[in-house]
Amino acid sequence: MRKDIIKFKNPPSIISRASVVGNKEHQGPFGGKYDMYDETDRFGMPTWEQSEGEMQRQALNLAMKKAQLKAEDIDAIFAGDLINQCTSSSYGLLDFDIPYFGLYGACSTCAQALLLSSMTVSSGSFENCAAVTSSHNCSAERQFRFPLEYGSQRPPTAQWTATASGAFIVSSKGKGPYIVEAMGGISTDMGINDANNMGAAMAPAAISTLSRYFTVTGTKPADFDKIITGDLGFEGYSIVIDIMEKQGYDMRPVYTDCGLVIYDREAQDMHAGGSGCGCSAALMAANFLEEIERGILNDVLFIGTGALLSQMSVQQGLSIPGIAHLVRIRREI
Amino acid sequence: MNKKEYKKYSEERAKKSPLFSNCIKAFLCGGAICTLGQLLKNAYEALGISEESVKMLVPVTLIFAAVLLSGLGIFDKIAKHTGAGTLVPITGFANAVVSPALDTKNEGWVLGVGAKIFTISGPVILYGMLSGAIYGIIYWIVKVI
Repeated sequence: MRKDIIKFKNPPSIISRASVVGNKEHQGPFGGKYDMYDETDRFGMPTWEQSEGEMQRQALNLAMKKAQLKAEDIDAIFAGDLINQCTSSSYGLLDFDIPYFGLYGACSTCAQALLLSSMTVSSGSFENCAAVTSSHNCSAERQFRFPLEYGSQRPPTAQWTATASGAFIVSSKGKGPYIVEAMGGISTDMGINDANNMGAAMAPAAISTLSRYFTVTGTKPADFDKIITGDLGFEGYSIVIDIMEKQGYDMRPVYTDCGLVIYDREAQDMHAGGSGCGCSAALMAANFLEEIERGILNDVLFIGTGALLSQMSVQQGLSIPGIAHLVRIRREI
Repeated sequence: MNKKEYKKYSEERAKKSPLFSNCIKAFLCGGAICTLGQLLKNAYEALGISEESVKMLVPVTLIFAAVLLSGLGIFDKIAKHTGAGTLVPITGFANAVVSPALDTKNEGWVLGVGAKIFTISGPVILYGMLSGAIYGIIYWIVKVI
């Protein structure tokens, strides 16, 4: 029988976190909360891919500094981004001299990295792990859609890849916030092949993970202070609310989505909202984990949702599978 | 809900692009570009340039303007609102050629700019020439008959 839920016997702590964002994110509703930003989105680098790597480097550097840890104190890095072969992560983190594992889970990578870090730390294999993810609007647009200066029109369901990066240090020694449970996502393909409606492509994966979690644990949405998905945007967010309601779960009072809130969607003309593995990472690091530390939130479900498409899979007419990994974060245990 | 039902459900609930206002904006912008072309034609003629040269100068000026605006990062901000209004006139074609060129310069002059410059306009050129050839053959057959 499959073990659906990982309950950590020794729940690891997120002892440090840092966020680095671009200009649009800085101008968004959480602008003042990020650790760093660059109004040019360049981060002093000649190419957009290197800019993205530099964001990861700065984010991890900052997270290590805050925890007063050196490279030799970190046992492993779990990192990922959206660029082919995850080169932004591998090049950006090249200088650290720490064992490195590259991950790809599209926008779910942040939750995936936290889940894997927690497993390795909780099992005693590692003491301190770093989870780092990033996305950059300019490198992602170039790879998945059109050249940056090409004059195209985006439909209302399209999401904007956030220029953002988040780094977390997961440690066996710490006083919280604790990662107490985790659940790996199952790829779910409901036949959506519109790359401009990724919210609809990812929502079934989020619904699958959420209802699986509620069924196995016997919990309901109201048992949590907040349920955070990242990043379904407005479209996916509303589909989750609608379908979960049909399954008998009222998500509304506690539910939010990183893609939905990272921008002022109307004022910044962001259509369905943000996406990208840096979106949820930066918001978790800058806002939600801070709220847990301050005691505003005590018990939170964070579900990273990713659309597992490539430009080639879309061109070949394949539908877009989604994935949703869950971690449960508590202030106390 | 099965795949088919879900697809229908998500398509029905998805907010559609505002077709009417998009059409109006495209119409006005496309019209404005054509009017600008006419004004340029009149201006060049008033300068006493020959008709042959004017026919060349008008599109060249429009292409230059579109390329310059693309390079300055302004074209895509206009096209976002005007859609086919900027895409269909010669300005759209210029943008479709220059934007991949700008984008790929880091990958080098050969494998970057050289190989990628026609990624968007390539299909237009290929199928434009192909349909031209087919039309030519039909025209030739009709003429022979």
